[in-house]
Amino acid sequence: MLTLDHLRLEQGAFSLTANWTLAAGETLALIGPSGAGKSTLLAGIAGFLEPVAGRVLWQDRDLTGIAPGQRPVAMLFQDANLFPHLDVARNVGLGLRPDLRLTREDRAKVGEALDRVGLGGFQTRKPGSLSGGQQSRAALARALVMRRPVLMLDEPFSALGPAMRTEMLDLVRDVIGETGASLVMVTHDPGDAARIADRISVVADGVAAEPAPTRALLDNPPEALRDYLG
Amino acid sequence: MAALGVAMLLLGPLGAVLWRAGGAGMPSPADWAALRFTVMQAALSAILSCGLAIPVARALARRRFAGRQALILLMGAPFILPVIVAIAGLLAIFGRNGLLNQGLALIGLERIDVFGLHGILLAHVFFNLPLAVRLLLEGWRGIPTERFRLAAQLDMPPGAMFRLIEWPMLRQRVPGILAVIFAVCLSSFAVVLILGGGPAATTVELAIYQAFSFDFDLGKAAVLSALQLGIVAGAAGLALVLARGRGMGGGLDRPVQRWDGGPWAARGDAAWIALTAVFIVTPLILVLVQGGATLLSMPLLVWQAAGVSILVALGSTLVAVPLAFALALPRRDVVEGVGLITLAASPLVLGTGMFLLIRPFAFPGNHVLVITSIVNAAMALPFVLRAISPELRAIEADYGRLADSLGMTGWARMRWLILPRLRRSLGFGAGLCAALSMGDLGVIALFPPPDAATLPLQIYRLMGSYQIEAAAGGSLLLTFLCFGLFFAFDRMGRDADT
Repeated sequence: MLTLDHLRLEQGAFSLTANWTLAAGETLALIGPSGAGKSTLLAGIAGFLEPVAGRVLWQDRDLTGIAPGQRPVAMLFQDANLFPHLDVARNVGLGLRPDLRLTREDRAKVGEALDRVGLGGFQTRKPGSLSGGQQSRAALARALVMRRPVLMLDEPFSALGPAMRTEMLDLVRDVIGETGASLVMVTHDPGDAARIADRISVVADGVAAEPAPTRALLDNPPEALRDYLG
Repeated sequence: MAALGVAMLLLGPLGAVLWRAGGAGMPSPADWAALRFTVMQAALSAILSCGLAIPVARALARRRFAGRQALILLMGAPFILPVIVAIAGLLAIFGRNGLLNQGLALIGLERIDVFGLHGILLAHVFFNLPLAVRLLLEGWRGIPTERFRLAAQLDMPPGAMFRLIEWPMLRQRVPGILAVIFAVCLSSFAVVLILGGGPAATTVELAIYQAFSFDFDLGKAAVLSALQLGIVAGAAGLALVLARGRGMGGGLDRPVQRWDGGPWAARGDAAWIALTAVFIVTPLILVLVQGGATLLSMPLLVWQAAGVSILVALGSTLVAVPLAFALALPRRDVVEGVGLITLAASPLVLGTGMFLLIRPFAFPGNHVLVITSIVNAAMALPFVLRAISPELRAIEADYGRLADSLGMTGWARMRWLILPRLRRSLGFGAGLCAALSMGDLGVIALFPPPDAATLPLQIYRLMGSYQIEAAAGGSLLLTFLCFGLFFAFDRMGRDADT
């Protein structure tokens, strides 16, 4: 269970508060206008931004002061999810061993993960020779081998076309269905949220609201969400 | 750690110089004369280089012709070209038996003498005109095409166009460029050693050398070093202030389309470009031609010296690159500070300081090559830093978070993120350092080892004993080695990149 306990994050003059929990295996979409603090919240959970007040907890363990790489979180950023100088196998392998001392077993796992995302046989390709969709798949394969209990997506598919994005979201849903991970994803599109999220937290006016069930929220949006959806 | 290393490398010798100078009395009238001459020649060099660079850069900025890109690239060559080679080339034109005097003799005119102030200025312009042109060209590139389009639309006369569009850019850039060239010329040594000399044309740097090698008066050398340190630090500080905040890095050479300049202006531009090209290329060609004839019949000494020089250059690279890397790694801005200290510490001042530091423990003459390597490394340090520091910052900005989220720390981060992505800049920086160290005739002249020499020193000795042909062959070899080392290191950085 991921707990945001009276969490307060600040970046310059901007501040964001959140106080809610997310159950293991649950999927959550953060939705709201740009600049509202969706990415800030992810940065706070991932450990790139220390809270000025409150705590982030995982299974009642306080994550304050724990380095991003040590947290139970795998994250896909908006862009630059792959190191362009490393081939696909190594990019994925980094999820198993940050020093890339991969055993035969590790390499087999990398191969399985690549097969799972539809990139079987792409091991020796460099990211520069992949399409945008294939790059997203490779990054997802890495998140897969990391086996972290929380997967966070900071709009990594926003540069893809609508059909490809839907395909990637379905793949994400299948993958977390298999691993039992929780999902926190940032999105602009209520359609994306409806496709994958159990609950939605509306992020606006400096608050990431208590998540509400997706269907109910979209059928009967609160004012902040109505303003955003227009 | 690294900062401490640099401090020891630079501040130690400087401290030794100042401490020794403290008890050595005041500068003599001859020292003050050297100081005046140093400042005067540096000021004239700066004004001449910059003044000539303005029409040349303007011509290059507004004309498009075949070979333009090559010419701009060529303007970078004097930076790596060893001073002694350039001087050999210039002497082949302007020297006693150079092309110019042969021509003058043919038509019955008196020979001109290149030695003295005008010879020094000639060489300084040769090195700094291309630098000034490149820096000014960036200024012209920075002026948006739209301004020129608007000026053409308004049918602005050339005078008004210069005053309203180009002059503001020049006023912003020229003071910084003047100050940089002034600071560089203050500590020019090899040029003055060969083309200057005599009481009328002695700089402080040369006086240090003379105090060392003729009088062996360490106190006097220390006093002069302190003097030199004072003026160069002042000039470097001035340059830093005047050149601050304006990018001196490369730009995209977007073609600037212009509609001004009738046939007369075009002819003027063509003349400026042609003259500059001839001025820069001819000495190089003469070195190639003269040296080519004797390259294979050179004395063994020259080849031995080449071997020594390669070792010195590699030694400097081995010191400077890791040091620059370690300095640039922490996320703070040390680049300017280090640049300032190294600019202020001229090679001979540093060499004097190291001599003073080592003397109580060992005979410095036995460690000349090591001292030379280290001093050359210190001289190259700011250039290496400038090559890798922005790249390092870009790597952290682009991939720092991803590496953090994957738990890539320590050696893993170094091995799989920083080194592979920095390789290109490291190769370029190492190439610069090796070439600069290879071609340097500075501290080695201060206490030349009797049984060994670097290639620049060997060429200097050959020139001194009028073995002009062997000197030309050595110059050609030195040029090959400098550019060869540069391209070899640069290549090593590139090959890894995909």
